[in-house]
Amino acid sequence: MNTRAIKAIVRKDLKVALQNKGVLLPIIIVPLILFVVLPWILAYASTLANVAGTSVSDLGQLLESMPAGLLNELSKYTGEQKTIIFGLVYMLAPMFLIMPVMVSSVLAADSFAGEKERKTLEALLYTPTTDRELFTAKLLGAWTSAILVALLSFVVYAIMANAAGWQSIHAIFFPNWMWIALVVWVSPAVAGLGLVVMVFASSRAQGFQDAYQVGGLVVLPVILLMVGQVSGVMYFSLGIVLAVGLVIWLIDAALLFFASRSFRRGELMTKL
Amino acid sequence: MTSPAIHISSLTRRFGDKNAVDQLTLAVQAGEIFGFLGHNGAGKTTTIRLLNGVIEATSGQAIVLGLDPQTEGPALRARTGVLTETPSLDERLTARDNLNIYADLYNIPQMEVSERVNSLLDEFELADRADEKVGGYSKGMKQRMALARALLHKPDVLFLDEPTSGLDPVAARHVNDLVEKLARRDGCTVFLCTHNLVEAQKICDRVAVMEHGKLVAIGTPSELTRQFVKRLDVDLEVDPQKIETALQVFRDSPELVVKPPYQNKETFTLTLSGPKAIPELLSNLVKMDVPVFKLAPQEANLEEVYFAINGGQE
Repeated sequence: MNTRAIKAIVRKDLKVALQNKGVLLPIIIVPLILFVVLPWILAYASTLANVAGTSVSDLGQLLESMPAGLLNELSKYTGEQKTIIFGLVYMLAPMFLIMPVMVSSVLAADSFAGEKERKTLEALLYTPTTDRELFTAKLLGAWTSAILVALLSFVVYAIMANAAGWQSIHAIFFPNWMWIALVVWVSPAVAGLGLVVMVFASSRAQGFQDAYQVGGLVVLPVILLMVGQVSGVMYFSLGIVLAVGLVIWLIDAALLFFASRSFRRGELMTKL
Repeated sequence: MTSPAIHISSLTRRFGDKNAVDQLTLAVQAGEIFGFLGHNGAGKTTTIRLLNGVIEATSGQAIVLGLDPQTEGPALRARTGVLTETPSLDERLTARDNLNIYADLYNIPQMEVSERVNSLLDEFELADRADEKVGGYSKGMKQRMALARALLHKPDVLFLDEPTSGLDPVAARHVNDLVEKLARRDGCTVFLCTHNLVEAQKICDRVAVMEHGKLVAIGTPSELTRQFVKRLDVDLEVDPQKIETALQVFRDSPELVVKPPYQNKETFTLTLSGPKAIPELLSNLVKMDVPVFKLAPQEANLEEVYFAINGGQE
């Protein structure tokens, strides 16, 4: 493997992608809302949740319908603290996964379909890079960026969540082991999922927007997890997080196998 | 004679039920500028792709610089440069960034990158705008930039796909001058795909003409004109007093003068049935007492070859 060529493609893809507003805006705005603004709203709502008659008292009732395991984990906290911990630690956990999946898919759309749209792929295919190097470089750029953005979001969120909950809890409560597993185990896996789905979507799409619209469906599993968590069907325990991560890694491996087989120079060239 | 830089034998590429390249056999000598002519869809671009190992052949074989494009693609592409029909530049990056990235892709020694990039930017007259985004360049500048990128790794064979398409005459001439300089000064083999026949005639040592994926003619421009252009245009000047008589001679010799003459004062441009018509026509004019002041055959060009071949096909 020519690592210099791989690094060059990664550098090029990121440099080009970050000049596309369609790529840059969601990468900035989504974490800003989810991990800076939302913790404060949730913390404030949690303080009202235990006040009968307020419009957010449903949050307290929602907590009562949660699985026993979660209630057990929260048992050491008082009423208001429980709702804050529930909101900031558990409810937002599946939402965090939107970050890596979104960043990887938006970058992959720009790298694969966007390159086709900008008519820059042909020159790249005439370079001495092998198909494997090209494929690796294209995946690596989007994947590592997604993981880095997710890590950064996690750090920002850790600060924001603790700050927002401090008034009620008076202790550092975030992150717990479940969140660490979420960041280091599940987050790279969902980034990979966004990536490979976008590779397939891009092979049929004419441009960035086309690919992003089709590939955007990959956030559906994340939304299902969110619904599962909010409805009380399940909750993000360490065990569940590890298991979800494993399933996604296995799906990634299978999709990656097919994607790498279909990534052929000749195929790409004839579709230009 | 040196061994061919490109050797193609019965090369075929099929797309669906159509042969984009059909049993192509030819050789291109090292250091020559080889014109590959044909209209859109004749198989020129597909041939470039096959010769660089970016698409697979259905059958047949090609050897470029002693390497098989099908099995040794990366090694071969390290020694070839390709200027695609569209410049294929990253327009959101500067010219310098574009070149630096390709320097890494071609694994050019780090120590040499900066010097090579600067020297190409100078040679292609892009140095003063090297740090501007390529998206703001004119079409001619983009084409020069793409050519500079194709030459960054000093390729032994340069493939050019319609390098002057869409350029104004000044920009086109600039690109052609650069290509000629590369071949004559640096000994680079140039495989030039074009449908600009005037350009091909001017700079190519030999040309091949493609029709629907098949090779229909190959040779030097003058060999092809001798082979395919049977008619001959001549400029003829006669005594102004005898113009009417001369016109009568032309009318009476339809087997010699095959098209109505074009007259500009006392000078005619005649299309004769071939070089052998000249002495007979002169004899007829002398018999009718028409003094001939000048008779100059025009050199046939590739355009006539091209139309003669197409006429023959249709």
